[in-house]
Amino acid sequence: MASELVERYFRKETLPNIWCPGCSNGIVTTAIVRAIDNLGLDQNKVCIVSGIGCSARASGYLDFNTLHTTHGRAIAFATGIKFANPDLTVIVITGDGDNAAIGGNHFIHACRRNIDLTVVMYNNHIYGMTGGQHSPTTPRFDRATTAPYGNIDRYFDICKLAIGAGATYVARGTAYHVQQLTKLIERGISHKGFSFIEALSICPTYYGRKNKKGTPADMLKWLKDHAVDIKQGSKMDPEEFHDKFIIGELLNIDEPEFVEEYQKILNNLKVNYK
Amino acid sequence: MMPTVLMQGNEAVVEGAINAGLKFYAGYPITPSTEIAELCAEKLPFVGGKFIQMEDEIASMAAVIGASLTGLKAMTATSGPGFSLKQENIGFAAMAEIPCVIVDVQRMGPSTGMPTSPAQGDVMQSRWGTHGDHPIIVLSPSSVKEAYYITIQAFNLSEKYRTPVILLMDEVIGHLREAVNLDEYKDVEIFERPMPQDKENYLPYQYIENGVAPLAPFGKGFRFHVTGLAHNEKGLPTNDPKVTEKLIKRLIGKIENNKKDIVMFEEKDTEGGDILLISFGSSARACEAAMQELKKEGIKVGLFKPITIWPFPDKKLREIYPRFKKVFVVEMNTGQLYYEVDRIIKGNTYVGKINKFNGEFFTPFDIVEKIKESF
Repeated sequence: MASELVERYFRKETLPNIWCPGCSNGIVTTAIVRAIDNLGLDQNKVCIVSGIGCSARASGYLDFNTLHTTHGRAIAFATGIKFANPDLTVIVITGDGDNAAIGGNHFIHACRRNIDLTVVMYNNHIYGMTGGQHSPTTPRFDRATTAPYGNIDRYFDICKLAIGAGATYVARGTAYHVQQLTKLIERGISHKGFSFIEALSICPTYYGRKNKKGTPADMLKWLKDHAVDIKQGSKMDPEEFHDKFIIGELLNIDEPEFVEEYQKILNNLKVNYK
Repeated sequence: MMPTVLMQGNEAVVEGAINAGLKFYAGYPITPSTEIAELCAEKLPFVGGKFIQMEDEIASMAAVIGASLTGLKAMTATSGPGFSLKQENIGFAAMAEIPCVIVDVQRMGPSTGMPTSPAQGDVMQSRWGTHGDHPIIVLSPSSVKEAYYITIQAFNLSEKYRTPVILLMDEVIGHLREAVNLDEYKDVEIFERPMPQDKENYLPYQYIENGVAPLAPFGKGFRFHVTGLAHNEKGLPTNDPKVTEKLIKRLIGKIENNKKDIVMFEEKDTEGGDILLISFGSSARACEAAMQELKKEGIKVGLFKPITIWPFPDKKLREIYPRFKKVFVVEMNTGQLYYEVDRIIKGNTYVGKINKFNGEFFTPFDIVEKIKESF
């Protein structure tokens, strides 16, 4: 199945990709492609927009309308695309540095606007492309090249941020739970409004090595052992839960969507612009 | 016949843009450009266009580029501080060759400066504000009527050469109200983005000497890649020095080698005399008034007014300046266009500076006085 997906949806001349051995970006990217395939979307009507960083390089490998933008700005470019041509399915590929640090402002305002975009944030807890600096999602006390004595910043829960800022579909999956991740992305794409899917992923080269997390397989196993499905999570007592995290659909609500609301204004003005 | 109407410079930009086919505006409020956003919000729905107020200047520039990629003519407007913030994405548009128009209604700077006061301090920033060697076209109108016409040309050039075009206004022209009749422009040619034909072999960055391949809109079956990385003819990232060099040469060449088509200017009394004034935007108006005063005193003064600031009309200036004893560059900054003029004249004739940078507009007397001092 994977090779069929590669055949159909990847630009084969761009392969092999630039990602390190053991990186989970390929897993998450394939989950996105599989979600698109499962939904039977028209390849010509899908637009993939990415920022800067390891994850952002995915757009170049994918055979859709693809846009590799500037650092942190993918959502703002994507907003222009979706608003200008609502017929396109616009998916943003971003990372924890790209989306939660430099792109934070665009992220919260896209949530607030509830514009019909699907944002998949590959969260590997580190700046990989630049060689392992701490990001807003580097756990506290973990090490990075710019936190050689431990990271003093607190962990930024971007799903909570998304919910607080007004996103209407928010989910968390992992590179280990790939079938669930695919499903979450599918539902995010189908959801009318701003959808955010955090894909917890692994960076064995920088984050893993700096923090003695073992092999790529060990790191994936860590995701397996510490992920708690939202259905079970509510039943766990806090002591049991303390080093765990929730995966699954965290929010799925209906609110007015930006592009549709603009269309309503045009309708009220009785403007026939087609 | 169109009626004569009272129109503000910023309003003329919006009217010109809509006439040129503007269908998408993204912006962020900033004085003294805000009227452009307000009028676009009001008017675009009636021409099938869309308006969005973004969360910041950076996002506005990004959204404009995104919209342009779907095939819409797109614009944003700002002033100094916002123009600084937009620079990275302007560079992206230059590298990825995405047509767009950026209006910079200049105010006194640096930094927050004097938000409601005029200046022309962004001349060099409009050319070199974003990093790296890049092509750009910068146009500067000096009247309300010209603002209308030059905005149309900004769109035409942007679409034709797949490049960001900066419309370099200043606060005086932006807020000036003049009686204008736009009848003479009703048949002005509007350049429409050509549609490529061959989907299978489409090369969005095909090597065309001094030119550009047609840009397919997203969603029409071409499925190509757009990146700010150095890229090959398909748009895919490359580390190949030869491919990169060829790309940069083409990017620079498509503007530099088409100056004949791009460059606009005006000249007045340039057949020869004592003084040649070089000025643009609102400062050129003060020069025209000063010329009348100086003429009364028997001083022969000519005016060369570039409308295309970048690329500068160097060929024309080389033709004109030897007819004059002295050249003065008149601008509301400490001397920016001066550097370009000085570069062209290379010491063959005296080049002086007449500047104002305190937030006040030039009076003709300021210029007359400086000219007289030089004798």
